Amino acid sequence: MDFEFSAEQQQLKEQARRYLADKCPTTAVRAILEGSEPFDRALWQGLGEMGFLGAAIPEEYGGLGLGYLELCVIAEELGRALAPVPVSSSIFLVAEILKAAGSEEQKQRWLPKLASGEVIGTLASVEATGSVRPSNVALSAKAGTLTGAKSPVLDGDIADIAIVLARHAPGKDAQGLSLYLVDLNQSGIERTVLDTIDPSRSQAKIAFNGAAAELVGAAGDGWRLYEEALDRAAILTGFEQIGGADKALEMGRDYALQRFAFGRAIGSFQAIKHMLADMYVSATLARSNGYFGAYALSTGSADLAEAAATMRVSSTKAFQHCAKNNIQVHGGMGFTWAMDCHLYYRRSNLLAVSLGGLNEWEDKLIDRLRAKNAA
Amino acid sequence: MNFDDTPHEAAFRAEARAWIQANAPTHLLPYLEKSGYGGIELGGLDPMKEAKAWQKKKYDAGWACLHWPKEYGGRGSSPIERVIWNQEEGPYGALSGSFIIGHGMCGPTVMDWGPEEAKRELLPRLAAGEDIWCQLFSEPAGGSDLAGLRTKAERDGDDWVINGQKIWTSGAHYSQWGILITRTDPDVPKHKGLTMFFLRMDTPGVRIVPIKQANGQSGFNEVYFDNVRLPDSQRLGGVGEGWKVSLTTLMNERLSIGSGMSAGFPDIFEFCKELELADGTLAINDRGVRSKLAEWACRQSGLKYTGMRAISALSRGENPGPENSIGKLVAGSSLQEIAMFALDLQGQAGAVSDPKLATMAAKFQAQLLRSPATRVEGGTDEILRNIIGERVLGLPDDMRADKGIAFNKIPTA
Repeated sequence: MDFEFSAEQQQLKEQARRYLADKCPTTAVRAILEGSEPFDRALWQGLGEMGFLGAAIPEEYGGLGLGYLELCVIAEELGRALAPVPVSSSIFLVAEILKAAGSEEQKQRWLPKLASGEVIGTLASVEATGSVRPSNVALSAKAGTLTGAKSPVLDGDIADIAIVLARHAPGKDAQGLSLYLVDLNQSGIERTVLDTIDPSRSQAKIAFNGAAAELVGAAGDGWRLYEEALDRAAILTGFEQIGGADKALEMGRDYALQRFAFGRAIGSFQAIKHMLADMYVSATLARSNGYFGAYALSTGSADLAEAAATMRVSSTKAFQHCAKNNIQVHGGMGFTWAMDCHLYYRRSNLLAVSLGGLNEWEDKLIDRLRAKNAA
Repeated sequence: MNFDDTPHEAAFRAEARAWIQANAPTHLLPYLEKSGYGGIELGGLDPMKEAKAWQKKKYDAGWACLHWPKEYGGRGSSPIERVIWNQEEGPYGALSGSFIIGHGMCGPTVMDWGPEEAKRELLPRLAAGEDIWCQLFSEPAGGSDLAGLRTKAERDGDDWVINGQKIWTSGAHYSQWGILITRTDPDVPKHKGLTMFFLRMDTPGVRIVPIKQANGQSGFNEVYFDNVRLPDSQRLGGVGEGWKVSLTTLMNERLSIGSGMSAGFPDIFEFCKELELADGTLAINDRGVRSKLAEWACRQSGLKYTGMRAISALSRGENPGPENSIGKLVAGSSLQEIAMFALDLQGQAGAVSDPKLATMAAKFQAQLLRSPATRVEGGTDEILRNIIGERVLGLPDDMRADKGIAFNKIPTA
């Protein structure tokens, strides 16, 4: 037993941290948040060149052919840096779905371009407010075309391809759902950029007006593939959240050391010290749950679904907890546009809903614990 | 990142499992699996006698105090082997409750600081469960502020004469030995004037008075010292080095709970699977209930894996760090929250604490009444947050009115 990342994996993590410290300081995040560019193109290209995007994509499809543990440490650093790039959509979701269910032709065609960053992918599933469930997926697939709309789609304005959860058979059940791959650069696609709580990651509404589409995986297998993809993405996104939580905690700690009031550093007041200690506890529990998630993901363990839900709940709460209390430690300064606290607060709350909210993942966790218990 | 046993670990596990299967007190298993919070009940059998018998059996076969060196009664095992043993011992481990303080804290302290002769004589007896040890640290005026303790040790020829009072001493009433921290010099700042000893609990002048706790039980004691005479050979570490010696004890305390405390999730999960709510649904299918269960499940697994990370660090040769302070902090409040929530779901029947009548043998009622102590004993929630804030996060110490002042000049009222 060794419950730690290997020395090589930790070196990779250091390398990613140095790279991102150089190429993605918060001024770069802020440039996307405030400007008209939807994402950091130079950073995206760099991440592709460094091999970070293709870390867990096999060499035969243009990746580095490392494993999930490597992708986890990279994800943590991306989260820490709030990298304003579509890694979660393109790599954690689309590349993963293609790896799991794509045809050989689809893998050869798209995975190398996803690994290099030449193509951006996204997953389009949401149609209504509330959880995504079979009964509220209505976008219809007929004779190789899609008709309907998805909104919001994370990175939907910049993606080149989308995997779309669509209904090929009428009704409300899961068996009528399939996944489709759609080239978004075609005339049957109409996109509208949306205002969101975190403009450092853009989102769009995508209308599919008879857009050409091809199946990914078997017809009727869409819901299962979708749920399994969410589990894997929850672990990878969980590392982004852990990275963000740690950084928000550090910002709060640093400010508490440097800011003096009543003649002393505010970090010497127990009210502040204990708030930071509680943030550390949340972040540590999430990290430990994350390590098990990484292990389960990398081994394809039977515990993967339970580990994913556990980590999702734990890391979502930890990032939200650390980001909101980081503002509290900073006091009024924390609520200024100029301070970076709100960047973390925004991102923590975006990631908290991006794969479905806490209430959905809490339900999944309890269902999975029950199933295991009954087995 | 690997949870699987190495071939060596697998062989160790198989050996441990085979020995346990052949030797464990299987007749106690049904009781141990049902045992409530903060005590074991063995269907009328004497828990201490059964605990000592199991410990002796383990000792005779070389399975006691696995991490201790062989010459002191241990097995010289690695931290991972110790975890494997604990996993395999499973519910039988609950029999060892009375030995935790001796094996986990007093033993290692004596091992690091005691005279060789005493180590060779006393540690194997401790490992075998023949002697039980207690830790005489807290005082009425020195709890969270441990270094504010007032029990005096004064030199008299080759002896020391001890006067004062300890409190919250777990198991003093059934212990044969104890380690004792005293003040030997009141004229220097408080951390500098302390000295540690070990002593027999039946030394003349030692008087043990059980404390009746808020939950009606008595696990803790007051211990009074009235001109108790100890030879200098029972000193642990140098005169004035008591604080340093006590840190060995406290560091080992972290290590001994390093494999993770339970946050109490399995019990509330079982309960919610069975309980029907007013609308006819099972509690476990209720959205509000699920949200709470999910939080506790995450804390439970988070502590478990934090413990495993600590063990991995230990086997790489790193010291157990203050970051392990989160275990009791998280578990204590979870146990209390869970107990209150379980009673809430039980409705008016939640008030009944008779094990013959109440749900799950009144486990949650006992937990409700015992859990306030978990949040205080061995470092209050607030002290643990200070430790995390100061020693993990590097925040400044609290302002201390007694800093640098001779102990006997510190204001007390």
